[in-house]
Amino acid sequence: MSDAAQSLRSATISVLVDNESGVLARVIGLFSGRGYNIDSLTVAAVDQDRTRSRINVVTSGTEMVIGQIKAQLDRLVPVYRVADLSKDGPHVAREMALIKVVGGGEARSESLRIADAFRARVVDTTTGSFVFELTGSIEKIDAFIELLRPLGLAEVSRTGIAAIARGVGTL
Amino acid sequence: MNAVTQAAGETAHVTQAASGAEVLLRCLRDQGVEVIFGYPGGAVLPIYDALFQQSDIRHILVRHEQAAVHAAEGYARSTGRVGVVLVTSGPGATNAVTGLLDALMDSIPLVCLTGQVPTHLIGNDAFQEADTTGITRQATKHNYLVKRSEDLARTVHDAFYVARTGRPGPVVVDLPKNILIAPAAYEPAGSKPHRSYRPVTQPDPAAICRAVRALKGARRPMVYAGGGVINAGPEASRLLGELVRLGNLPCTNTLMGLGAYPASDPNFLGMLGMHGTYEANMAMHGCDVLFNIGARFDDRVTGRLSAFSPDSFKIHGDIDPSNIDKNVAVDVPIVGDAGAILRAMIAAWHAEPAPQNSGALAGWWREIAAWRAVNSLGFTQDMSPDAVIKPQYAVQRLHDLCKLSMRDTFISTEVGQHQMWAAQHFHFDRPNRWMTSGGLGTMGYGLPAAAGVQVAHPDALVIDIAGEASILMNIQEMGTLAQYRLPVKIFILNNEYMGMVRQWQELLHGSRYSESYSAALPDFVKLAESFHAHGLRARNLGELDGVIEQMLAIDGPVIADICVDRAENCYPMIPSGAAHNEMILGPENAGRTASITDEGLMLV
Ligand SMILES: Cc1ncc(C[n+]2csc(CCOP(=O)(O)OP(=O)(O)O)c2C)c(N)n1
Ligand SMILES: [Mg+2]
Repeated sequence: MSDAAQSLRSATISVLVDNESGVLARVIGLFSGRGYNIDSLTVAAVDQDRTRSRINVVTSGTEMVIGQIKAQLDRLVPVYRVADLSKDGPHVAREMALIKVVGGGEARSESLRIADAFRARVVDTTTGSFVFELTGSIEKIDAFIELLRPLGLAEVSRTGIAAIARGVGTL
Repeated sequence: MNAVTQAAGETAHVTQAASGAEVLLRCLRDQGVEVIFGYPGGAVLPIYDALFQQSDIRHILVRHEQAAVHAAEGYARSTGRVGVVLVTSGPGATNAVTGLLDALMDSIPLVCLTGQVPTHLIGNDAFQEADTTGITRQATKHNYLVKRSEDLARTVHDAFYVARTGRPGPVVVDLPKNILIAPAAYEPAGSKPHRSYRPVTQPDPAAICRAVRALKGARRPMVYAGGGVINAGPEASRLLGELVRLGNLPCTNTLMGLGAYPASDPNFLGMLGMHGTYEANMAMHGCDVLFNIGARFDDRVTGRLSAFSPDSFKIHGDIDPSNIDKNVAVDVPIVGDAGAILRAMIAAWHAEPAPQNSGALAGWWREIAAWRAVNSLGFTQDMSPDAVIKPQYAVQRLHDLCKLSMRDTFISTEVGQHQMWAAQHFHFDRPNRWMTSGGLGTMGYGLPAAAGVQVAHPDALVIDIAGEASILMNIQEMGTLAQYRLPVKIFILNNEYMGMVRQWQELLHGSRYSESYSAALPDFVKLAESFHAHGLRARNLGELDGVIEQMLAIDGPVIADICVDRAENCYPMIPSGAAHNEMILGPENAGRTASITDEGLMLV
């Protein structure tokens, strides 16, 4: 087998599902039961009458494994469509994070400067803490968190990524 | 409750409306259900009450819920219809789980109705409550919990649609007791397509063309056909035969595919895989174009993946896209129904102008003939009357005498050496005549499966080829045979060992026979008699034919206890982790053996 076939890549997979009970457990069970990774997972209803949900999964594997993940998802009964956004063309992937920094003095003002540079919003302030809201790629949020770590980083809450293809095409 | 306080007219209306249980049975009738295999309990009493008051649907009372599922599998596999199971909540549902997974792995269409505690008690650890949809999620193709009466009819129809279409499989419908009692609206089976589940059945013509060009142009072609051909219906098996003969192609069947291609045909190379024939496995290894139809490159078939059919151009036709490129990367994937694929291939074969390379093909058949001459299924039977019976010989005699009887014969098996000997030495010329637990390898499958087959085919000859250990796993089904006068024959190859375990211990664990001796066995003759059946025993070669003839002549259930060689191993064998061309050929062909690697030792 060629090196390309063996090498790991990350994949952002979007799945449109019927909003029946147990559907999320089915998708998660498929990943755990077959030993696939889940790096990020988001789910929410996406149509007006809330009958369909969209699940976004970031996973990784060899080309063959990612093909398997797609095929396995596609054969679940409540699944309408599956797309590997990272393969099918350019796409946008965004995550939102709420990040709490606790402390005072120089670190406090430094964290505010970094937040400004990242265009993070301050959504809560006390004399001893900030909560920042930041939206962006996984990498951007990771970088922001790393910079805050020595400056009193106390708690992180992330949504996982929402993703969509660029251009006129739809799932 | 509310009805009591309502006006008299309205009360009458409420009581007249059909209950959920009645609506359920009406939907089952719509789906053509004639038989249900089941076992009652508190949560499903409303269904049993509704069953009692009708006569269209027959209920077969098994003795254990696992057996209900295997019986429904036997029924389904021998008829091509959906098997139906009915069990109660809690332990009824958990007992069914092994059967459900068995059906999932072997792609058998089933609908399993499970009772559930009333909706308002779900989640409260109520008596006999189990999270049945949670527990069976990974053991079914799909499952449903019916929470609203208005969803009942549509859910039941959906369940049958999902079970039978695409790659068939088991579907659970979990039915809370209040839903069964409360009135429910009836709905006929919908004519509109399913919202989200629409399997592809018609193959892509471009893929068919590429496949046919490769197969017709092959110098060393090979056809590898599996259970998908059986699932696609008898017409698919006929088409397989037509294609194979059209191209004078060599053909092998998987364990699940036996009967898809007639075993007595000269183009048949026998079963392939771990205990397949030398010629089938060598041809798999040496072919230049491999056409897989309805098989899934299972590890029992491929052996070591890195050495599997190394030089072949691979075509894979399968109804389930997730089977393609799962274990083995292929050159031409074709998604579709096996019958539709074969029909399209035959048409394309006729349309393809290039002729076959008849010189190369003749050479290929000469190579195959040389592998055949090895006679890998050979064994030595001492023919003196007091000789110990070889298990292979017992199966061979059973086959020959069944054939002489001219009766339509169905074989089920348990799991172990006897299963492999049955696969090797009982030859199947037609589909749907062979029921075995392939994917899951479930001991205890054979007796209930045979019962299910016999329910579907009351006049046929139905035989469970069993091991003395496996048969004890669902032996209580002797009671079911007696109650319904099902004349199933149980042919026990009694080697007093969990023979397959013993064999692996001999070959891989220094002959340390840890816990594999079948101690304290029952007297199977007396056991048969206590269950109102006939018991027979053959102790030596001289008694074998007589016992088989007697068994076949008795019009009722029989256990034939055949005492066979305790030390016999099942050959040929590809040890775990070895390649097809590294088979162990057995004592008849000593010298050509593969050694077992440390890596192989870790495999199952
Ligand atoms: C439910 C279950 N438990 C354990 C096994 C593992 N197993 C496979 S074959 C076998 C021995 C079967 O013995 P027997 O029925 O006597 O058949 P033989 O191999 O002797 O023909 C065992 C224990 C299994 N396949 N299924
Ligand atoms: Mg045994």
